[in-house]
Amino acid sequence: MAEEEKKEYWRWLESRWTSPDIDWKKGKVISAGVDVGSVSTQAVIMVDGQLYAFANMRTGSDSPNSAQNAFNRALEDTNGLTEKDVHYCVGTGYGRVNVPMAQKAITEIACHARGANFMYGPTVRTVLDMGGQDCKAIRIDEKGKVESFLMNDKCAAGTGRGMEVFSDLLTISINDVGQMSMEVEEEPEPVSSTCVIFAKTEATGLLRAGWPKNKVLAAYCRAMAGRVNELLQRVGVVKDFAITGGIAKNIGVVSRVEKLLDMKALPPKYDTQLAGAVGAALFAKGLYEKIKK
Amino acid sequence: MITAITAGIDLGAKTVKVVILKGKEVIGRGIATTGLDQKKSAEKAFDAALKEAKIDLKDLDRVVATGVGRTEAPNANSQITEVGADAKGAIFLNPAIRTVIDIGGEEGRGIKISPEGRAVDFAINEKCAAGAGAFTEAMARALERPLKEFAELALKSTKSIPMNAQCAVFAESEVVSLIHAKTPHEDISRAVHDSIADRIISMVRRVGIEKEVLLIGGVAHNVGFVNSLNIGLKLEVIVPEYPEFIGALGAALVAAEQQE
Amino acid sequence: MLANYGYKDGSGDYFITIDTDKCNGCEKCVEACPQTVYEMGEDDSDPLREDPVARVTGEQRKKLKYTCAPCKPYLNSLSGEKTEETMKEIEKLPCVSACELKAITHSW
Repeated sequence: MAEEEKKEYWRWLESRWTSPDIDWKKGKVISAGVDVGSVSTQAVIMVDGQLYAFANMRTGSDSPNSAQNAFNRALEDTNGLTEKDVHYCVGTGYGRVNVPMAQKAITEIACHARGANFMYGPTVRTVLDMGGQDCKAIRIDEKGKVESFLMNDKCAAGTGRGMEVFSDLLTISINDVGQMSMEVEEEPEPVSSTCVIFAKTEATGLLRAGWPKNKVLAAYCRAMAGRVNELLQRVGVVKDFAITGGIAKNIGVVSRVEKLLDMKALPPKYDTQLAGAVGAALFAKGLYEKIKK
Repeated sequence: MITAITAGIDLGAKTVKVVILKGKEVIGRGIATTGLDQKKSAEKAFDAALKEAKIDLKDLDRVVATGVGRTEAPNANSQITEVGADAKGAIFLNPAIRTVIDIGGEEGRGIKISPEGRAVDFAINEKCAAGAGAFTEAMARALERPLKEFAELALKSTKSIPMNAQCAVFAESEVVSLIHAKTPHEDISRAVHDSIADRIISMVRRVGIEKEVLLIGGVAHNVGFVNSLNIGLKLEVIVPEYPEFIGALGAALVAAEQQE
Repeated sequence: MLANYGYKDGSGDYFITIDTDKCNGCEKCVEACPQTVYEMGEDDSDPLREDPVARVTGEQRKKLKYTCAPCKPYLNSLSGEKTEETMKEIEKLPCVSACELKAITHSW
């Protein structure tokens, strides 16, 4: 029975990486962090607090398997490094209690703060994390300690899921929606409904009224930027500012958030989706050193 | 004395409803889907109601509009709020009503009515699909079943399972994973209706729930929702014959009073 | 440390803010809330802190608007505006008034 497979426009690309500059065999502490999100799972391996390898995968139907898969993938191509060589592992994210190789689970808020401090440097004070099913606004100090936070995981507006709904509706790959939304002559008014269900109805109406797809996308990206701006204002925005999570890769949203805040986000040095797992691996290093003492 | 002929028009987010009264007797009802052009949709609903009443537009003595789009209503002499219209219509149907629950496609509200028949307090859910008919519609689509069939399935459920997601978009994903986990569709339907009923009950509890309770709005046709609501409230809500027309009926009654 | 539990959706902002620097773990809010919104547990934002602090339960974080509704009978549902009067009423809420250290605030 040949059935044509429906194209999944919302699917993003998986990735993995190993640092060519680090020899893990010379390292004292090998720590790992696994961030099981609702949509994506990241595993990070650190050698003495330096990023050594990572994998970024889609979360499958159950958390333990997703964690194990990402962890195994991160260990591939690492010059013989195995699970046994990892001294300590911390699990974080939505599925943090189901990470089989982790000795401890730490909330994603704490891990994101710590990870952003590592990835963007000690000047970062405000972190916006736009994940697949949540949106976090975190204020941190120069050590990456949390001062104030909020996490919105009740409503899909302002999350990657909301953007996926639009990419599917407009049949445009999730990797292209940001760029496409920039290709408008004039910024349209933002989509007025916050609720994704109602925004979808509104967008259908706009398409029927003859709006081109990029203009509809621009209107939605703008609405999304407005929404996350409101969330950021609740914790207060202080320079420097950084964006993590999958939507940090969406120029259409990022540039519009920057415009609203009148502030540039720090350029990412690593994959923006890694922040949680990096923070977890850093906590893992600290916890390992504590028990060794 | 000539009996006045009046009309009430309720311009909702999903549908436009018109009720025509001769004195206090309903002689015509009309409904049309809300399209891009609200005026046109309103005219369609008017045409249907006038046809049923076997009269012309010029025979109407007075028209009162209600609903989210009430300012767009053609031929309207005045406007009233949805809360006012619902209360009016509810008390007309049954003077013992103290609580009205009105769930439409995009809004839900609970209204407290005094023994004198006035709306004294209300709570509203708007701009979020989680507390409105759009929630169940999205879930029916996820199960690829017509809404009516989806609603009826809930009555055959043998197990109540809790849903985690509050947002309609996240609930869709949850329903899909329940389907993949081979959960019987009956139990999924029940879970969906329990979840929305739970939110509605909490909302209405803010104004206080007192008997009798009248359920109106398009979602009152959803038997699965009514079932979950009754279980949650531990009482039997009253569902009138034409639940989606009560707002328009209330507006028409106001028109009749104003005409006097 | 300010922990903002709750959410913002199309209909408005529903956040309970707990100042964990003020919280001494007395559990009075847990006892005072008629809807079991609060619990004691690990500080979400500071895994190295050893004493438990008050938190909003994971289940309730996504439905505060609905769960807290019965305690908030004074709100003007039309505007949802925070007038001086409503601010006074917020202070009288069981959880807010139970906390002697004034660590709990509501956004709505």
